[in-house]
Amino acid sequence: METVVITPPGRLGLPRWSELWGAREVLYRFGQRDVLLRYRQTAVGVVWVVLQPLAAAGVFSLVFGTVANLPSDGVPYFLFSYAGMLAWNLFNQTVGRAAPSLVSNQALVSKVFFPRLLVPLSTALSVLLDFAVALALGAVLLLVYGVNPGWAVLLLPVWTVLLLGVALGIGLAAASVQVKYRDIGYALPWALQLLLYASPVAYSVQAVEGLSPAVRLLFEANPMTWFLDAFRFSVLGLDAPPAWQVAGMVGVSALVLLAGVLVFQKNERNFADVI
Amino acid sequence: MTPVTPALSVRGLGKTYRIGRSGQAPTTAVEALVARLRSPMARSRFTEFDALDGIDLDVPWGEALGIVGRNGAGKSTLLKILTRVTAPTRGRIELHGRMGSLLEVGTGFSGELTGRENIFLNGAILGMTRKEIRASFDEIVDFSGIEKFLDTQVKRYSSGMYVRLAFAVAAHLRTEILAIDEVLAVGDAEFQAKSLAKMRDVAKDGRTVLYVSHQVQTVTALCTSAIFLDRGRLTYAGTVDDTLEVYRRSFEKFAAEQRDPDRRPGSGALRASAVVPGSDVYEPADTKSFTVHVGANASLVGQYFVSCHVNDANGTVIAQCDSRPVGGWYDPAKEQEIRLSLRAPWLKPGRYTVDVFVCQMGVLDAWEGAATFEVLPGSPYPEMTLDEATAHGVVLADYDYEGR
Repeated sequence: METVVITPPGRLGLPRWSELWGAREVLYRFGQRDVLLRYRQTAVGVVWVVLQPLAAAGVFSLVFGTVANLPSDGVPYFLFSYAGMLAWNLFNQTVGRAAPSLVSNQALVSKVFFPRLLVPLSTALSVLLDFAVALALGAVLLLVYGVNPGWAVLLLPVWTVLLLGVALGIGLAAASVQVKYRDIGYALPWALQLLLYASPVAYSVQAVEGLSPAVRLLFEANPMTWFLDAFRFSVLGLDAPPAWQVAGMVGVSALVLLAGVLVFQKNERNFADVI
Repeated sequence: MTPVTPALSVRGLGKTYRIGRSGQAPTTAVEALVARLRSPMARSRFTEFDALDGIDLDVPWGEALGIVGRNGAGKSTLLKILTRVTAPTRGRIELHGRMGSLLEVGTGFSGELTGRENIFLNGAILGMTRKEIRASFDEIVDFSGIEKFLDTQVKRYSSGMYVRLAFAVAAHLRTEILAIDEVLAVGDAEFQAKSLAKMRDVAKDGRTVLYVSHQVQTVTALCTSAIFLDRGRLTYAGTVDDTLEVYRRSFEKFAAEQRDPDRRPGSGALRASAVVPGSDVYEPADTKSFTVHVGANASLVGQYFVSCHVNDANGTVIAQCDSRPVGGWYDPAKEQEIRLSLRAPWLKPGRYTVDVFVCQMGVLDAWEGAATFEVLPGSPYPEMTLDEATAHGVVLADYDYEGR
């Protein structure tokens, strides 16, 4: 029979993977609950999943494409911003739902033991479901506009996993810090909003080409730019991202996820006392 | 499961909480930052409080261990550490089996989900695998008696149904060690009896039960041994009866300490100087009276009220005699002699303590165990009967039967 040893927490440490695996049912049930709860007692239910990215892409193409007349790399502006929204929503929603997850499950965290890592992780499930629906809708849009991304589409799962890694890393760290400092709940949406406009979600990198080299360097150094380019490469068949960006995405994803897990683990043992 | 290894062993366990002093602990990141900037070298100011200290404990398989102690003795903290909800500060614990917990019935229930969905969700949170939940699903539904409402959202349940379902899920945990905190006091009498029987079965299976309760009756009914915690230390371990004896005696010791007003909680703006029972002994049906002497404080604005709680020997509050419902408001400008007359219910023979609270908006004085009195063995009823005719119930009721 397995023996569990409980000792005072150390400073840093990775989670016990076997324990996480053993509790995977919790992950699934939390994810299921999130999905069920979101659309229960709504009139049009799952239609919201489709409506949200469509409306956002519509607004962006109206404001940036038609009013501001920004370039979109030769792709219809609506499609261009829709592809950007795909990546952005995956990132934004994962961070946005993971961060408050521990605080909103306060009663649970302070009363029952289970690997707490599963609470923020499970929020990604409902985001992934939305992502899948939006992706299917994107496929329909590609057909309507007659755009063929070609073989590049096969790399989409890779970008998705890498981007999810970054988002979860940030989400985990934010969730564990928010247990003690609720400031995160106010600052994070604001920071995400800023990042949305600082990243070429609704416009192309071409739009900043006329600016000073320093500003352009800033855009180039933003990992979100790399991911957006990679998504557009796979969804719209635009230019492939350079090798250094691909390496950068892998590196950033791994580093941010690891850092997020470490920060989470460091704070985890105090959750019940400070939440 | 070799019989030689205990189900769990605890060595030198301690838990220290930091309590903010003066400036209090920072609660926002900005406050923390400002505090750090203002005095970068200063260590944050706090006092330490040992919720638990130096606990050594071995619990064999098949044992149902009761954990008793006064409020704040660390019972719940101990259980929280054992179930890994919170981390210990010192010491080492070895659990030789899976630990399941029933710390509070219904945590993890989601009102928007149906009963069926909640069984799976809650089961998973409590540590069951999907296979285990499926295997005991019918039993859970059966035990809770809500099969008709299985696909109704839990938020539409009556509170009784809710609690029954929640307990049913937790009670069917198949872990080798089960920690229970005060959850048996739910539902109606029939369901309570059913729950208690279920818990007893768990221990009979050779599994181990850890049980925390203020209700001494349930400890007696469920446990095979018990430990007594006093201010974070394990001061007695033994049979249920001996431990409960130690527990009861601790009330007397505590009462002696409380006679010093400076050691009592409350703001201290006004203190009760003495609480005098009208008599040290009463017959069960007598009117019991107490006089509370309260000092004066001319600078205190507004009237105050008092509240006397009558506790039986197990520490259960059997009557709250608050002066507000009967219009008792007093002027703090002069000393008061406030007399309480308790006419009903009749009290069972035994020893009772009275807690006295002097309150305004907040508690001015909280004097636990301010007075004690004894109710003599005797029956207020017209007929002589065996003891079993009056053994159940906390008090003696004034009643009649009429047949046709």
